[in-house]
Amino acid sequence: MVTNATSFSRSGLTDWLVQRLSAVVLGAYMLCILGSFVVHPDMDYEQWRALFAADSMRIFSLLSLAALCAHAWIGMWTVGTDYLTSLQFGKGATSIRLAYQAICILLIAVYLIWGIRIFWGT
Amino acid sequence: MLVSIYRYNPETDAKPSMQEIEVEIPADKDLMVLDVLELAKQKDPTISYRRSCREGVCGSDGMNMNGTNGLACITPVSEAAGPGKKLVLRPLPGLPVVRDLVVDMSVFYKQYEKIKPFLINDNPAPAIERLQSPEDREKLDGLYECILCACCSTNCPSYWWNPEKFIGPAGLLQAYRFLADSRDTATAERLAELDDPFSVFRCRGIMNCVAVCPKGLNPTRAIGHIRSMLLAQGT
Repeated sequence: MVTNATSFSRSGLTDWLVQRLSAVVLGAYMLCILGSFVVHPDMDYEQWRALFAADSMRIFSLLSLAALCAHAWIGMWTVGTDYLTSLQFGKGATSIRLAYQAICILLIAVYLIWGIRIFWGT
Repeated sequence: MLVSIYRYNPETDAKPSMQEIEVEIPADKDLMVLDVLELAKQKDPTISYRRSCREGVCGSDGMNMNGTNGLACITPVSEAAGPGKKLVLRPLPGLPVVRDLVVDMSVFYKQYEKIKPFLINDNPAPAIERLQSPEDREKLDGLYECILCACCSTNCPSYWWNPEKFIGPAGLLQAYRFLADSRDTATAERLAELDDPFSVFRCRGIMNCVAVCPKGLNPTRAIGHIRSMLLAQGT
């Protein structure tokens, strides 16, 4: 068992499952948005606003945003633990990796909070 | 035929270099890469490499031939380099070089050791032997044949990046060999040891391991089976 304090869940299986489930949610959301463009090819701003004013769409959007954040963190964490290691950076690897992870998680948190404000704010 | 061989002695050389040696090959013969290496060694006896059985059983002479990992003793030159082309021999990638084509396989064996490559059975031993049905025995086909040559693991980018944490295709093929064995009773403990973000889940399924296995085995499929077992147990 290789322990790790910074992974999404500390379980490879959970991360793996979350990444796949979040991909399905994001795929469905993409289809939903693309579908609305197909159904309303001349969509104007008012129709666009109305689309996102519906509670169902707000819930779906927030769910997709949460899925995107989880998906992004697992992906970025994996990339960081692959390439930012002592093999490439020697003794400084831990600092570089921690800084990278901190920036990633901060950005993701900002996007999440900002997204909630956009979708649910008045 | 021109043979280019990786030369490096970490104790004396500042950096590795490639040595080119012209080797005379009989026109009507398609020699194995190991035979060509033996001819090259006759010209320069300081070339170092591992070899033993010379028939693809011991797994000693795993090396990188013109960019592809394989066993030198069962790879024809025509397949490794192509007619009239230069044969380029390098050590297995990703492992520390001890000398020339000889690599330090300690980390590879450490990963193998981690998966406890032996039967665990706490039940009292029967009078004669632990029997297995032909169907259960069949489940081990495609798993037990691994000769631990390390061609697969050293062809896997996930293993290059995390050789200390990712068990690698060779170790995971063996992990599944014991998970699939009807006589083994430590399935839950074995799976618990693998449910972290590195041991199994660093596999991205790119199948580099399958492409180079000299025994024609499929570690990616075995890793898929381990994932399914983890999923069945963990959900």
